Amino acid sequence: MRAAKLPVWADLTLVPLANVVAAFFVSGLVVLAIGENPFNAMRVLISGSLGSLEGISFTLYYATNFIFTGLSVALAYRAGLFNIGAEGQAYLAGLGAALVCLSLPGLPAIILLPLAIVAAGVFGAIWAMIPGWLQAKRGSHIVITTIMFNWIATSLMAWLLVNSMRAPGSMQPETKSFPPAALMPKFDGILSLFGIAVPSSPLNVSFLLALIAAAFVWLLVWRTRLGYEIRTLGANASAADYAGIGTTRVIVITMGLSGMLAGGLAVNEVLGVQNRLLLEFTSGYGFVGIAVALMGRAHPVGVVLASLLFGMLYQGGAELAFDQPRITRDMIVVIQGLVVLFAGALEGMFRTPIAAVLGLFRRTDEPDSRSA
Amino acid sequence: MTLAIELIDIHKRFGNVHANKGVNLSVQKGSIHGIVGENGAGKSTLMSILYGYYGATSGTIKIDGREARMRSSRDAIALGIGMVHQHFMLVETLSVLENILLGAEGGFWLSAGKDAMRAKLATLAKTYGLEVDPDARVADIGVGQRQRVEILKALVRGAHVLILDEPTAVLTPTEADNLFDMLRVLRDEGKTILLITHKLREIMHVTDHVSVMRRGEMAAHFETSHTSVEEIADAMVGRKVSLIVHRGPANPGRVLLEARDLVVRDMHGVTRVDHVSFSLRAGEIVGIAGVSGNGQSELLEALAGMQRLTSGGITLDGAPIDTSRLDPSHMRELGLMHVPEDRHRHGLVMSFEACESGILGFQHDAAYGGALLDRAAVESGLAADMETYDIRPRDPRLTTHSFSGGNQQKIVLAREIERGPKVLLVGQPTRGVDIGAIEFIHKRLMALRDAGKAILLVSVELDEIMALSDRILVMCGGRITGERTAANANPRDLGLLMAGVTDKAA
Repeated sequence: MRAAKLPVWADLTLVPLANVVAAFFVSGLVVLAIGENPFNAMRVLISGSLGSLEGISFTLYYATNFIFTGLSVALAYRAGLFNIGAEGQAYLAGLGAALVCLSLPGLPAIILLPLAIVAAGVFGAIWAMIPGWLQAKRGSHIVITTIMFNWIATSLMAWLLVNSMRAPGSMQPETKSFPPAALMPKFDGILSLFGIAVPSSPLNVSFLLALIAAAFVWLLVWRTRLGYEIRTLGANASAADYAGIGTTRVIVITMGLSGMLAGGLAVNEVLGVQNRLLLEFTSGYGFVGIAVALMGRAHPVGVVLASLLFGMLYQGGAELAFDQPRITRDMIVVIQGLVVLFAGALEGMFRTPIAAVLGLFRRTDEPDSRSA
Repeated sequence: MTLAIELIDIHKRFGNVHANKGVNLSVQKGSIHGIVGENGAGKSTLMSILYGYYGATSGTIKIDGREARMRSSRDAIALGIGMVHQHFMLVETLSVLENILLGAEGGFWLSAGKDAMRAKLATLAKTYGLEVDPDARVADIGVGQRQRVEILKALVRGAHVLILDEPTAVLTPTEADNLFDMLRVLRDEGKTILLITHKLREIMHVTDHVSVMRRGEMAAHFETSHTSVEEIADAMVGRKVSLIVHRGPANPGRVLLEARDLVVRDMHGVTRVDHVSFSLRAGEIVGIAGVSGNGQSELLEALAGMQRLTSGGITLDGAPIDTSRLDPSHMRELGLMHVPEDRHRHGLVMSFEACESGILGFQHDAAYGGALLDRAAVESGLAADMETYDIRPRDPRLTTHSFSGGNQQKIVLAREIERGPKVLLVGQPTRGVDIGAIEFIHKRLMALRDAGKAILLVSVELDEIMALSDRILVMCGGRITGERTAANANPRDLGLLMAGVTDKAA
């Protein structure tokens, strides 16, 4: 049976909404099962993430990571490539940013920051282009190679941080702090310049970069010739062949851009918050990006919305774990897992009923193309 | 006269689409009954109702005179209705016997069921002459044999009514004749056969009765021996149609495309195109006839730049092409356009808006803006084509798959023709296209030829080749086995060449 056809707006709003409601319903049952009040948990979750300026700031800070990694996965997905490697690409991007910040310490922020951001993008891109090239030229499946490249990235970074990049005299596997010029401007700092006092949070200019990246991805995919070729390749590779689209070129470029977007995670974490390179700073955001992209239906607007939801879950979840000790951080992972399950794996479950309900209100004047 | 099937006042609505409007159909027991209609006429919907896939919105179904309620295809099978789908539902890695056994294993252990089935198959083979090797792997047998397996699947489940959906779409003319012989035997043994097709020649050839559907309604019933192809075609379209292409004398000009000694080997090293040479002049249509799978597709793709040449040379309008670096977009720039054989696989991106499919292969055209694609130009481009080619519905933003086969094909044709090619390669231009559109497409191709363009036409429909071509090349086993001019071609002669009986051998 063919999947029910829905108008774009319903596809981008109603379907994810139904998935999230279902995920929260089941999560509520789990909370109930461990003897807590699910409505109370829900209240804490929402007020913790959206109830205060501080909560909102943290939510947006987490969302920044998800927007970058979600866009990374979504863009590759448009070309029919399942990039599982955003985690490793972001990790390497951190290395690029760190090398710039540590080797050019005297530069002013206005030069150093853009250089560090570019370096992060380039390193992320290269780490993604290698699997892309292997896929295009050697037929090595991109899912397998990107997963392997995550492991290679983990080992490489551990080795570098322990052996060559560790700050002298430190026992921690991390570099020394970058010069202050290398710190992305924070929102609380910027707003205080205008006399507006907001609570301190890690939210920084990277969030704006993430929104710009989302707009850029939309423009690229739907309004440029390259985007046209990316979508053609993803939707019908034989037609791309027929059209004379250079498959290798498109795959390598798309993966490069995808890795570059993943590098945004390093910008937010390494340049925005940590101000140094440290072990495992990616902490799984790259993998959550896969769920974000699936839930956002590989569309930039959907990715931003899904990122906000996951930002809420991260921030609200932390509050919840603090407020109700019986709900641990692991419980939050369960809830996130349920969202991934409903939004990703069971994504099609509500499409048919939604289509049926919409069909009651809408005139269908499409011809019956079944007998073709 | 007893009726095997009686459908009375069947209505089916999908939302606001009224796919079947009060359809009545009576099928006599032990007859071959054809159902024809253009794409979207509602014949597949009707058959799906009969086979229990959809429930009818209202109406009565009678099987053998008794009213039947069908909630699923299981009910239909229990009532003795079998369906042979256009796309076979077989597991290629399993044997013929195992495929027939699927869903009728009859117990936990396979061997008992297998033995019983083997015996059953032997009986069926004797009664109907349906011979297949039960132990052959489906992957190893031909298309005609596979279809036979599908028919056997229905028969062992006790079907006495067989529905065949476009059964000859994948068959060679000989295989189709074998199928028709088989159907006649089945009919003579008392089975009832419903044949859904759009090929009127087959209807005339094999059916006893024919029902014509148009726009969800039964437009006409005929006794086949008392009707003609023209009468059926008029009933299908609802107006007079001309099945004959009017063409003036050809005025061949200079050679626009020349192929010298082309050889194409596929990835397994099998030679698909075997030392093929020909030339194509301005203002002529050269047809390549042949049974599907004899190298025509590979030849077409090689000329279009999609397929690597093992050896040989191509000259386009006097200029040699660098065959080591064939590239479809380069060929387009040189004025060679290509209507591919399979529009779903190559010619269109079904999930794209129609206007986006309308620039496939031309996405780098300066007409579509600079760094960013000019959406307005993309849309107005197809909107203009929609007027000239009468593509319906006239909405360039509709997704490609919501157009009917004929309209999809017109989108491809408009894209390739309207850019003024020097040479047009056309593969199966009217496959899965309704009669009204066929008439239009043939006229367009003829007009292009009269405008002094060179057209290479590949088609498995011999009628089409003979109606359009000025010269006919016949391919068999990757070689050109003969050439005929339009004036001295006849189907029998071409059929021999298609079977590989060459002039030299004769």
